[in-house]
Amino acid sequence: MGRYILYRLLSAVPVVLGITVIVFFIMSLIPGDPATAILGAYASPENVARLNADLGLDKPMVQRYFIWLGNMLTGDFGRSFSLNRPVLDEILERFSATLILAGVSLLICAVLGIVAGVVSAARQYGLADKAITLAVLVGISIPSFFLGMLLILIFAVQLRWLPVSGMYEVYGGRTLVDLLRHIILPATALAAVATGVVARLSRGAMLEVLRQDYIRTARAKGVSETGVIWRHALRAAMVSIIPVLGIQAGFVLSGAVYIEVVFQWPGVGRMLVDAILKRDLLLVQGGVTFVAACYVLFNIIVDVAQSLIDPRIKA
Amino acid sequence: MRLFLTLLFRNRLAALGAVLLLALVLLCLVVPLLPLADPNVTDTPNKFLRPFSEGHLLGTDHLGRDLLSRLLWGTRLSLAVGVAAAAAAAFFGTLIGICAGYFGGWIDNGLMRLIDMIMAFPYILLALAIVAALGPGMLNALIAVAAVNVPFFARNIRGISVGLTAREFIDAARLSGQGHARIIVTELLPNVLPVIIVAISTTIGWMVLETAGLSFLGLGSQPPQADLGSMLGEARAALIAAPHTLIVPGAMIFVIVMSINLLGDGLRDALDPRLRSGALARPSPVTRIARPAPPPAETPARGVLDLDGLTTRFEVGAQVYKAVSDVSLTLGKGECLGLIGESGSGKSVTALSVTGLVASPPGVIAGGAARLDGVDLLSLPYRDLRGLRGRRIAYIFQDPLSTLHPLYRIGDQMVEAIRVHRKMPLAEARARCLDLLRTVQIPNAESRLSAYPHELSGGMRQRVGIAMALVNDPEVIIADEPTTALDVTVQAQVLALLDRLRRERGLSILFITHDFGVVGQLCDRVAVMYAGQIVEEGPTASILAAPAHPYTRRLIACVPELGGGRRQLAAIPGLPPAVNRLPAGCAFAPRCDRARPDCQRDPIALRVSGPRAARCLYPEEALS
Amino acid sequence: MTTPALQVDGLSKSFPVGRGLLRGATTMVHALQPLSLEVRPGETLGIVGESGCGKTTLARMLVGLSQPSTGTILIDGKPLDTSDRRVSSQQIQYVFQDPISSLNPRKTIRQTMETPLRILFGMDAAARTARIHEVFEAVNLRPEFLDRYPHEFSGGQAQRIGIARALLARPKIIVLDEPVSALDVSVQAQVLNLLADLKTQYGLTYLFISHDLAVIEAVSDRIAVLYFGTLVEIGAADRIFARPSHPYTRLLARSAPVVGRPLAPQDTAGAELPDPLNPPPGCAFAQRCPKVSQLCRTKVPQLQETGETQRAACHHPDQT
Repeated sequence: MGRYILYRLLSAVPVVLGITVIVFFIMSLIPGDPATAILGAYASPENVARLNADLGLDKPMVQRYFIWLGNMLTGDFGRSFSLNRPVLDEILERFSATLILAGVSLLICAVLGIVAGVVSAARQYGLADKAITLAVLVGISIPSFFLGMLLILIFAVQLRWLPVSGMYEVYGGRTLVDLLRHIILPATALAAVATGVVARLSRGAMLEVLRQDYIRTARAKGVSETGVIWRHALRAAMVSIIPVLGIQAGFVLSGAVYIEVVFQWPGVGRMLVDAILKRDLLLVQGGVTFVAACYVLFNIIVDVAQSLIDPRIKA
Repeated sequence: MRLFLTLLFRNRLAALGAVLLLALVLLCLVVPLLPLADPNVTDTPNKFLRPFSEGHLLGTDHLGRDLLSRLLWGTRLSLAVGVAAAAAAAFFGTLIGICAGYFGGWIDNGLMRLIDMIMAFPYILLALAIVAALGPGMLNALIAVAAVNVPFFARNIRGISVGLTAREFIDAARLSGQGHARIIVTELLPNVLPVIIVAISTTIGWMVLETAGLSFLGLGSQPPQADLGSMLGEARAALIAAPHTLIVPGAMIFVIVMSINLLGDGLRDALDPRLRSGALARPSPVTRIARPAPPPAETPARGVLDLDGLTTRFEVGAQVYKAVSDVSLTLGKGECLGLIGESGSGKSVTALSVTGLVASPPGVIAGGAARLDGVDLLSLPYRDLRGLRGRRIAYIFQDPLSTLHPLYRIGDQMVEAIRVHRKMPLAEARARCLDLLRTVQIPNAESRLSAYPHELSGGMRQRVGIAMALVNDPEVIIADEPTTALDVTVQAQVLALLDRLRRERGLSILFITHDFGVVGQLCDRVAVMYAGQIVEEGPTASILAAPAHPYTRRLIACVPELGGGRRQLAAIPGLPPAVNRLPAGCAFAPRCDRARPDCQRDPIALRVSGPRAARCLYPEEALS
Repeated sequence: MTTPALQVDGLSKSFPVGRGLLRGATTMVHALQPLSLEVRPGETLGIVGESGCGKTTLARMLVGLSQPSTGTILIDGKPLDTSDRRVSSQQIQYVFQDPISSLNPRKTIRQTMETPLRILFGMDAAARTARIHEVFEAVNLRPEFLDRYPHEFSGGQAQRIGIARALLARPKIIVLDEPVSALDVSVQAQVLNLLADLKTQYGLTYLFISHDLAVIEAVSDRIAVLYFGTLVEIGAADRIFARPSHPYTRLLARSAPVVGRPLAPQDTAGAELPDPLNPPPGCAFAQRCPKVSQLCRTKVPQLQETGETQRAACHHPDQT
């Protein structure tokens, strides 16, 4: 097991390096130079040139890449000009907020999605199946930012049950209850699509597994229907459900960008959008790299979970 | 093609999706011709007009622009961008996927590493990065959305291509002198096409959502140009004051994406051959039983297991496949009864019908009874039937790789078979399983308990299958082609083992096979099936020596026997009838050299004569 | 002495098996040990063996679907050159194991049959139709089948189509890879008899691969027995199973189910093949062999004459 984890971690190194190359390459496509963006269109050419030299932008691209990479390895992601603070500090602060939101959403999506999918498959063409199928259809067809705003209109504006936006009350202790009240609406909006996808996939995977010969064997042994569904079929279906959870984590992280904008959630997604609009490149570059690296790490966890479920993988 | 459309529109939801989508597309096409207000003309005094206002059917937005006009123009733009992005992603993804799948090796490795790299980004990060680099704008949003979706297509298509390339028809194409390009275009692509279509139809919805998302963030369409996403973005500021500016474009996206999804699901279902045959239906715990006249629940027993007029059908759409028709058999105590027939003869379905294990849908037990000690199993409530399965009647199946659960250890699967029926301490159950593994001569039995099925060889797995059938000391074992998947030397060992076990333990075995050699060595009596019916039954030696039914005689003659030397083999011309179109009389008559006109008129009864019986008007030898 | 229709010399195949980043170098798995044999014109050579014995690997090399690691293939004394399919397709053809899977599901039979005629021989439409009708008649198929799709055929019919396709180029040798193992016995006999008729009609030479001893005995002149990638015995079909020299051949012959013969008593439970990644140094059959000696465990036996027509790779063969 330890060997497998080590192997997966080692094989992630080139992936993360590849990510930095892709990010750096895309960012270097940007026309114009950052110094102009920072100093404004009316800056004098001398000032622009000096700033470019300060930022190391007069060096060749490959050299710049390795300088950036080397700095990152020592924890120096550079300095954001729009926020005037180190990029890494900003990312870490923002990312924890995103992590909470995305984590809660992913949890909702995994639990609710799998249960709904299993129930739906077990009662195929029954009332529960039809209701779930309909809910799934609505869930995967509605844009999350539209759903978020609808939820605000209904639960925050009309019913006044929950706060409109933000992560905590402006004036108040940062209590867990406060956080929970704030997270319900954004997490629901964010989880909707992923839950639908997971439910639909779980249903399909269960139906596929239920036709397998070893399910017939279980029945021939006299295993009860509950045992057949939850012990035999779900275990086998998890083999195809887990990778999808990994993919959905990516979608949840992506959807978080919209939801953070809608709900004014102080996460890394909103930071990135702002940074793009302000052309704060170092912040964009560092933020994208950091989040992508975390996602790679998460996918390793998914792979390890997969190998725990499926003994055929380790071979 | 017509079949495909019929299938598609039989699905009413898909039809609804198609109609909605078609209407939307038509609407978008005629937008420039409609008498609409200019979508970009501002009229601030008239901002936030409610729907149904004078001159503005859907009201106006924060700049007083006509919402209906912006909605229609915006829909047009969003749809166009979504479709274009899907087409671009599909094209590049397919190209990469097919090349990787077909060529394999380092090309595959290289391309897939690249794809993995792109997939390592949560998709929006990459899209954001691309838009950041290219600058906000609708075209750049399109490029970003298409680019992040290429991996999805590439992976999907690669998977299918790898499977297809391993198929023999690709080898055949190579042997016929076709080059790589030609094979990809004429052999591979037509087979991949349905997958591409399904993938496109299920992703267009996503593409529309994603481009709308980028516009919502202000990174897609730039003011004053309207698309659905930017309309939502503008509405956010006036969320509380003018919710209609939000709901109008939001509802439109919802309708578009939902109708695309409905149509996409319909397409997928219509293109998936498994769904067409109803095979993706969930098999119920017991075969559906629909007997017009339920037989008496209990009758005096003839043998341990009595089948009495058992009839099982498969109902697929309007077609009825009579897989098993009126099968009666008696399995005596300690007896080994062979049930022999070619593929499609109904022998396995007979075996599975006994305890209601035929997959249903589409299987239906339409008549007869299966009695264990005189008690009809098919009349029992589910709880009682389940209590008998694996305890008094146990099965051994054909291919133990697919019939053992791949993710549970051998020991756990065996222990479960005991503990679903009675409470037994875990240690005791494990000891019993270990004992049985030794009985079936598995070397290193102790360590095999914690092995997974894939870690054993075929022969070892089948021994596990046998041991698992024995855990509850059943009275009856139904063995469904247990040695067919094995090599001949392994088969000989497994057969010898079964023979020893049945003599030692007094087991009654119903042995399903297609091999006369196996029947001759193992079985006391044999029943021959053809087209769902028993055509002949009797003691093995006597039937092999003097078959009464012409089918039996000619089938035996077809089997080459070792030691016969080089020779011309006897064959039976023609094919067995399809069981959904059985002839009125004898099912074998069209292939039979002894058939006379009356053979094809009415159903033929099974004529019993002493220990033997045959379903033939003009049998080979008068049954004594 | 006539030139053999097919002569194989020291043919072998090995695959590299990657063992991952952490486990170091890749290992070579020998699917087929160096093998030499000859097939005379007009002869049927049967090749028999259980799963994993390398018989399909051999077949695929003979028709150029995979490249041998070592060795040469001579056809009529000339080296097989599969880079020019126009020539090689007239020398040797292949009939696949799974008849349905060897036909493209989205092409009509006519399209499938026309491809090699058009590409390899540049025939015009009329010539193609004539040739296709000719071979269809030879395999007793009705011409109206040409416009159907593969899924509309039974296994037996599809295999006839496969055979017809192999005949198109008028080859001298046909490699039949388990041509009847997917078929029911009553249909199997039809196909086997058809193959026998075609052979006399066109003077073909067959390499007939099967796992079924009785079938192989019924169709072959000589039989080669493979075990774990090694040729263990070769000899006349009418003698090899009746008087086997190699203990494995004897085990095979004794294991085949025969009506009226009592079930063979258990030899050992260990009917397992050796681990291909870690093959034994001596005879691969040693661990199952009743006659095993110390020599067998250390030295690989070479083929040697054990009778008039028979050769076996065994240190302790039975003389026939």
